[in-house]
Amino acid sequence: MTAGAATAGGGPTLTGPATRRPVRRGRWIPYALLAPGLLWLAVFFVAPMVTLGSQSLQEGNVDEGYAFTGNVGIYGDALRRYWPQLLRSLGYAATATVLTLLLAYPLAYFIAQKAGRWKNILLVLVIAPFFTSFLIRTLAWRTILSDTGPVTELAQRTGFTTVLQAVGLTNNDTLLASKFAVICGLTYNFLPFMILPLYASLERLDSRLVEAAGDLYASPWQAFRRVTWPLSLPGVVAGTLLTFIPSAGDYINSRLLGNTQTVMIGQVIDSQFLRVLDYPLAAALSFVLLIMIVTLVAFYVRRAGTEELV
Amino acid sequence: MTWIRRHLLALAALVVLVYMLIPNVIVAVYSFNDPVGRYNYTWERFSTDAWAHPCGAQGICEALGLSLRIGLTASLVATALGTMIAFALGRYRFRGRAATNLLIFMPMATPEVVMGSSLLTLFLMMGIPAGGRAILIAHIMFCVSFVVVAVKARVATLDPRLEEAAADLGATPLQTFLRVTLPLAAPGIAAGALLAFSLSFDDYIITNFNASPSSITFPMYVWGASQRGTPVQVNVIGTLMFLAALVCVIAGQVLSSRRQKAA
Repeated sequence: MTAGAATAGGGPTLTGPATRRPVRRGRWIPYALLAPGLLWLAVFFVAPMVTLGSQSLQEGNVDEGYAFTGNVGIYGDALRRYWPQLLRSLGYAATATVLTLLLAYPLAYFIAQKAGRWKNILLVLVIAPFFTSFLIRTLAWRTILSDTGPVTELAQRTGFTTVLQAVGLTNNDTLLASKFAVICGLTYNFLPFMILPLYASLERLDSRLVEAAGDLYASPWQAFRRVTWPLSLPGVVAGTLLTFIPSAGDYINSRLLGNTQTVMIGQVIDSQFLRVLDYPLAAALSFVLLIMIVTLVAFYVRRAGTEELV
Repeated sequence: MTWIRRHLLALAALVVLVYMLIPNVIVAVYSFNDPVGRYNYTWERFSTDAWAHPCGAQGICEALGLSLRIGLTASLVATALGTMIAFALGRYRFRGRAATNLLIFMPMATPEVVMGSSLLTLFLMMGIPAGGRAILIAHIMFCVSFVVVAVKARVATLDPRLEEAAADLGATPLQTFLRVTLPLAAPGIAAGALLAFSLSFDDYIITNFNASPSSITFPMYVWGASQRGTPVQVNVIGTLMFLAALVCVIAGQVLSSRRQKAA
């Protein structure tokens, strides 16, 4: 296979569908189509962000009501009290995202490029587990990693638990109720969110480009580094965002698989809102988390250079 | 060398697939357990009691029913709203496109705990009580964006010449839409609706912020159970959901491959 043939054959797949001519039938139609959905989002997504910001600047209590006082100090207070949980959440989410990418890439690549007639069956196997309530599946990890189970026994026998304990991922020679279990759970829970975008961009990859790289004396690693990886970047960016964002706010895994030292920020927000009933503090924490994530995502998207995400 | 490499990749893919499927296997196996204590975490002995009485645990089927109702309504409304937006984005040039894209993207880039808590503050200020209605509003909100993405992907691949051909053959715009555009976009709409249903059905975090004691959805029931002791019925329903999803997805694949053969 020559490079020339690859370009000729791969042309349309690389440039995507030919640019469409805009259809013009009445200028009001698109706005009429957009109106109901965007109105819903404006009232139940944008407006709550405003009330959240406003709530964080109020003082009072649940019984006597709240009054707006512009108490910006609450943000300093929130950060001072809960910076460990905030940083921990971002750290866990980042670790889980990297692990998810490492695990998802070979599977997505295999399904997209090598699976042949098994492709559809494999895709079904990737999507189907996703439909069992994720709480039930996370609870199943309690069974899998339980102190008396075969997995823990194997890990103890091979010295894996000693290694984990040495690097501080667990506190004793079991697996459950530890950082290790929380990160495993996060990685597991968000795998499909990484696999599907990766699969979508790897499926469009023309395998003849990789062959052409080989013909031009690229080693397999070079071919991957210079051809496959750059062409899969849109999938990598979408997948990492879809994994990082929900895992940074998640607290199911840290509640079900962690201990008191693995508390994540979502858990703090949840208990401040629903149990402690300190609404301003909880709202401030929510806002801080949102701003942190939006900032990180904006930097990341700019550096990765993929603007067309939606 | 190539042989080893190819099999290394297949092996890695297999290991990841096993990692993804093991919890489902455990859920299914433990649905036949007969646990001694309140928790269903260690294997005791084989029993089909839970399968014979899937509603045997108090409140579980009420919770399941509520989740199904909310899931169906939310996915129906979100699919209608999202499909309209997707058509506007995929078929028209208009001012405010970038802002629309941003507004669609934002709910997907916002952690659930932020959306849940911000809605709680809105509902508090508007005086909307927590409960089924608040949950439904929230679910429709976070499902719309995902429907837009699914439908837009399909609309983008449609050949506009088919619609032009219909118009050339004397079809009115409405006829063109109903008999050409809509059937062609149907797989994307179905995918969006299925995605919306599963997101709504499975949501815990946002729901938890807006629920009242009388509106316990299935995920909330499971959460409560995980704190007090998990009935085996939870595993039975989890397994049934997995099987239902498997049937749905396989049916969808068969349908679409048949359609491709016909076309």
